[in-house]
Amino acid sequence: MIRMVDVSKTYDNDVQALKDVNVEIDQGDFVYVVGPSGAGKSTFIKLLYRELRATKGLIMIDEFDLMKLKDREVPFLRRTIGVVFQDFKLLTRLTVAENIAYAMEVIEKDPEEIKQRVTEVLNEVGLADKAARFPSELSGGEQQRVAIARAIANSPHILIADEPTGNLDPNTAEEIMALLEEINHKGTTVIMATHNDQIVNSHPHRLLEINNGTLIRDEKEGTYENEG
Amino acid sequence: MKASTFKRHVTDSFRSLRRNGGMSVAAIVSVTVTLLLVGIFMALIFNVNHVSREVENDVRVRVEIDQKTTAAQRAKLKRELQDMDNVAQVSFSSRKQELDKVVGSYGSAFSMFSGDSNPLNDVYVVKTKTPQATQKVAQAAKKLNHVNDAVYGGANARNLFRATDSLRQWGLGFSLMLLLVAVFLISNTVRITILSRQTEIGIMRLVGATNSYIRWPFLLEGAWTGLFGSIIPIAIVDIGYAVIYGASARGFASAGYTLLSPGSLLIGLDFLLAGIGIVIGAVGAAISMGRFLKI
Repeated sequence: MIRMVDVSKTYDNDVQALKDVNVEIDQGDFVYVVGPSGAGKSTFIKLLYRELRATKGLIMIDEFDLMKLKDREVPFLRRTIGVVFQDFKLLTRLTVAENIAYAMEVIEKDPEEIKQRVTEVLNEVGLADKAARFPSELSGGEQQRVAIARAIANSPHILIADEPTGNLDPNTAEEIMALLEEINHKGTTVIMATHNDQIVNSHPHRLLEINNGTLIRDEKEGTYENEG
Repeated sequence: MKASTFKRHVTDSFRSLRRNGGMSVAAIVSVTVTLLLVGIFMALIFNVNHVSREVENDVRVRVEIDQKTTAAQRAKLKRELQDMDNVAQVSFSSRKQELDKVVGSYGSAFSMFSGDSNPLNDVYVVKTKTPQATQKVAQAAKKLNHVNDAVYGGANARNLFRATDSLRQWGLGFSLMLLLVAVFLISNTVRITILSRQTEIGIMRLVGATNSYIRWPFLLEGAWTGLFGSIIPIAIVDIGYAVIYGASARGFASAGYTLLSPGSLLIGLDFLLAGIGIVIGAVGAAISMGRFLKI
């Protein structure tokens, strides 16, 4: 469960990126965050995994109070959240399987558990046959699948996807969308920031629209016209 | 920390050392030069301190007898010395025996002074009951008839301690300067590693690696650099000291003093050099982590 109450964020250069945002997201929801460039979508997303700290308000994610969370406690919040980016952020020197295992190794999971889980998530994202390949040998869609596999390797409650289809052609974007919905059906909350109106309109879910730092729309199955 | 995690950090740190190639070698060489000088200074200072202490604790006063003194006058002088307070024993050493000691210490070139050309005096070696009494006994002995001079180790000890002090100050100053250069170079190599691993660090942060987990490989990289830099200085100081000790220990022994044996000096010194290497490496890494590792 995610709860934001009167959340505002002002940067050091006095730019106010978010103004008094109030949102509640239940466990298992699928939520789009839409809006033009510079509207505050990225700030909204970054506040959730405590890359940024809100200037005022209250942010609760499960039992974590993000306004009171100490820096040394942030890693434990992040173990409950998976994050996927537009540019995949894969380690090119590691194979597909190693990239996924890496996310578990750095939080000191048991090697046996890692081995088993890597096989599981590779099957889940449909890349079992490409475990030994390097990212450079994969297509964009496949690389994004690896990034998603890595994000869900630690079985997070929440999956945050920041423009996950931004670098992909429409067909591949559809495939990635289907994968995210499949993960959502298994109980993971998915929060997806996107510009892709085709995806939003063809896969209706709850929609949060942000403009000029203000949450202007919160609809159960909203549609979206991207004017940018 | 789990053993598998530590193994992983060690592998990562070695990979970074290899990847940074030239910079790693430069940092290691800088530590090598620094620790070599530190090692030589340390060996020197420890030995000068040791000899100073031996000289200070020396209870002997050497009373040189005028060359024209007759046997009766010598006997009287010996009695006068024996009657002094705090004197434990008085023994005689002829000018020939004295020259033999010089030849033993400084080489056979001095044997050209044997026979009539021997410039040395016969000596009464007066042993006092305590090291503190040597100064008084020497001053009193100087006032006696037929005494050319009376010398004791204590005065030399003060000079030696003064020399050690200035050696230590200069040595420390110079070593400190070199240590700073080494720390700077190590910090630079670790900075390069941090910058080249930004993506990896970002992923580690995202998936919830703790700050200490992220820092360990960088700290280890610095520590290895320092440790590897200490290997050659340790070898040179060990071998060099053993050779110097073998060549000069007899000369010191004939003068009544000893050098620290390789066994008693080198084990401690080796650990000290390795320890300094590791510390400056870790400090260099910590500086870069503080400046460039945004967690």
